[in-house]
Amino acid sequence: MHIFKDTHFDFLRWRWHAIILSWVIIIAGALTLATKGIPRGVEFAGGTVVITKFEQAVSVQQVRDALDRNLQGGGQNVQVQAFGAPASHQVMVRTPQLSGESGTELSKQKDAVVDALRKGNIGTFNVVGTELVGPTVGQELTSKGVWATVLSLAGILAYLAFRFQFSFGVGAVVATLHDLLITLAFLAFFRYDMTLNVIAAILTMTGYSTNDTIVIFDRIRENLRSMRRDSMRDVINASINQTLGRTVITAGTALLTSLALFFFGGEVLHGFAFTMVVGIITGTYSSVFIAAATVSFWRGSAPTRAAAHAPAESKPVAAAPQQPTRKAKPQKTQRKARAS
Amino acid sequence: MANLRWKLITIAVVLVVFAGVGVYPIVAARYGVHSPAWLMDRQLKLGLDLNGGVQLVLRVQTDDALKLETDTEMERLRAELAKANITFTNLASPDPTHFRVEGIQTPQDAAFRQASNEVQANFDRSSAGPGAYVFTLKPNVVVQLRAESVVQARQTIERRVNELGVTEPSISQQGDDQLSVQLPGVTNVDRAKGIIGSPGLLELKIVEQGPASTAESLQVNGQVPAGMEIVPGATVAGDASSTSYYLVRRVAAVTGRDIRTARSSLDENNQPAVSFTFGTEGGRKFGNVTGENIGRQLAIILDGRVQSAPRIDSRITTDGRITGSFTADETADLALKLRSGALPARLDYLQEQTIGPSLGADSIRSGFYASAVGLLLIVVFMLVYYKLSGVNAAIALVFNLVILLGLMAYIGAVMTLPGIAGFVLTMGIGVDSNVLIFERIKEELEAGHGVRASMNAGFNRVFWTLVDTHVAALISAAFLFNFGTGPIRGFAVTLALGLASNLFTSIFVSKTLFELELSQRRQAATLSI
Repeated sequence: MHIFKDTHFDFLRWRWHAIILSWVIIIAGALTLATKGIPRGVEFAGGTVVITKFEQAVSVQQVRDALDRNLQGGGQNVQVQAFGAPASHQVMVRTPQLSGESGTELSKQKDAVVDALRKGNIGTFNVVGTELVGPTVGQELTSKGVWATVLSLAGILAYLAFRFQFSFGVGAVVATLHDLLITLAFLAFFRYDMTLNVIAAILTMTGYSTNDTIVIFDRIRENLRSMRRDSMRDVINASINQTLGRTVITAGTALLTSLALFFFGGEVLHGFAFTMVVGIITGTYSSVFIAAATVSFWRGSAPTRAAAHAPAESKPVAAAPQQPTRKAKPQKTQRKARAS
Repeated sequence: MANLRWKLITIAVVLVVFAGVGVYPIVAARYGVHSPAWLMDRQLKLGLDLNGGVQLVLRVQTDDALKLETDTEMERLRAELAKANITFTNLASPDPTHFRVEGIQTPQDAAFRQASNEVQANFDRSSAGPGAYVFTLKPNVVVQLRAESVVQARQTIERRVNELGVTEPSISQQGDDQLSVQLPGVTNVDRAKGIIGSPGLLELKIVEQGPASTAESLQVNGQVPAGMEIVPGATVAGDASSTSYYLVRRVAAVTGRDIRTARSSLDENNQPAVSFTFGTEGGRKFGNVTGENIGRQLAIILDGRVQSAPRIDSRITTDGRITGSFTADETADLALKLRSGALPARLDYLQEQTIGPSLGADSIRSGFYASAVGLLLIVVFMLVYYKLSGVNAAIALVFNLVILLGLMAYIGAVMTLPGIAGFVLTMGIGVDSNVLIFERIKEELEAGHGVRASMNAGFNRVFWTLVDTHVAALISAAFLFNFGTGPIRGFAVTLALGLASNLFTSIFVSKTLFELELSQRRQAATLSI
């Protein structure tokens, strides 16, 4: 079975359109973030904890349902947990912070929870404790997370510059940054809360995007050796077309999984799965339109012969794995020559 | 053929080992099969969201931070006065926010005011009768110090809990000076409490006199000499009379802050001990102090108890060792506490409660359901698209799942619902390796090459692509691990394990399966792909 057979799309023709489209989305996202801010989940913002003691047994699910129905802003952000020994019938309710850190916040939130539970009519109870809680995710995580991401991109840049050429490293990093910004823009459009799950999804998606880009780059590197009379533009187009089947299938399986999580995973996995869906689409799109285009801009459209590194026609010895690949694998070059 | 047999044996061994570590304990626990403890100990743990755990509420004694500030400034004033030759009769701190100086001679009053300007930054000075002054910690500084000590305590606890290997804890500030620490599972709560709650404050101080059997015998005229303090030695368990006392300088030569790293080790008598290494600045300070005090004793004080007081034989700049009557477990915990830094204040445990899962049964069910559907969709797609070769991919996927579960159980990872979803997603992205190889084999077949040649070419050519994609991802995982914190580090570990297992299954397992299939047929003319 084949999805794409021997295609010859001129992908690079669309690079300007792609770049403009991406900028439009990114700028719109930035504007949304600037005007509305990032909604932060309870992990980042903190909130209020109300501990209630019921006079008879009550299930956590009943409490949760009552809050879902009757508490304003209830739902995913409200945590309900059994508290203490089962026989004590205690339930801990954690609600996100609504307004600023005013002193009245505490009692307001407590009253809201109490009202919601009364309306739920699930039994008599009294409140045994109320506390303002700070965020479980400290400032440290945010700042360190950003640094770790920046450094890991620098690491990828260095590795690709070593294994391929500098322009390829730049292409991959530009594409990954692009995907980060696009994903953040979509999170802003659809008002998803920034939670740890969403951050995990963003990191996963970054890895996916780089992976996708490297596969195409690898084919470009290979074709640079066999298509030495063609222009860089032709080599890139040919490489994207040759890997198109794989690109679409991989994106397809990853997307299938993410969609399953999105539709069946319930409220908890929504943000996570949404981020992945956006990330996979933009990651695939950027490998084709942004990463390769960056390389072509960087390298120009001159024939590749001068630019390509000296290919190794000589020495038909098996290549040592550690050698930089541009000189390695004479076996490959020969095979390709035979095939074409 | 012999080659192929060994490959199959390798694969079988790997499968059995990882299934034993990762899958069996889950199944055995679920269906109540009795199994040896060494096998069940490594079981994958469920996170707070799926299974609940224990909540500890602690109060930070923020007065400690104020007392530290007051004491430090008071000692600074004492040093300033000594430098300026100003005499006084008494300098003491009655409570955490004040200290009081008495008996300043009238002619030296101006000089005193001059000298005490040094400590004015955080204190208000007021006159309290002739020759007496009271220094009061400024109210805004009090507020700031209290807030800072809670934040620092929180960070220290976070580092300690993470070092303890309990992943996915949840720590938050509660009210003004309380911290709520939620730990998944309920195993080893006492050890966790010991590690979280003890200050872990290490101080090295020069011994002026001692050891003595009573504290009183070290006093001069019934008083502790100025700038000194009396510190009790650690008692040997069950023998209270063995306590000895040391008169030491009040200001520590170096403290735990100056330590770069600590680890448990053995002393010259093969007794458990803790070795530590100073950072550059700490090493310089320690070198100066030990160089100036050769022949004297150095008290190694941990949380207000002298653990040992060895004689300084030479100038020491890099390493030190704490000896005492420790067990091996105690030294491991002590090293952990020293590495993660001292708590800025003592902690009280207010509450310890078990807590239920933070997610409802419905949420958990739909999360599991969605993950299963996700996995199933990948398998079905691979079977439809690659036909018989899809079976190969599906087997590789199952292997991947088993190996990753085993690895995560082995390192003691905690599974949360998003963790499970991420796990499934890793599988979905992981089939990319199979897709790459299969697509390449197809290309080769279309170019008119034979089945065997195409299969080999597919694997060989894609090999370097896979190396590049996996190494790039590993590099980014390494950076995330090194510079990230908390959950980001957990993510990096899972990512790295997933990559390793994926490389093994997609290249080694998958290729062996192809070879197995081809070896069954004399002439392989077609390949179902």
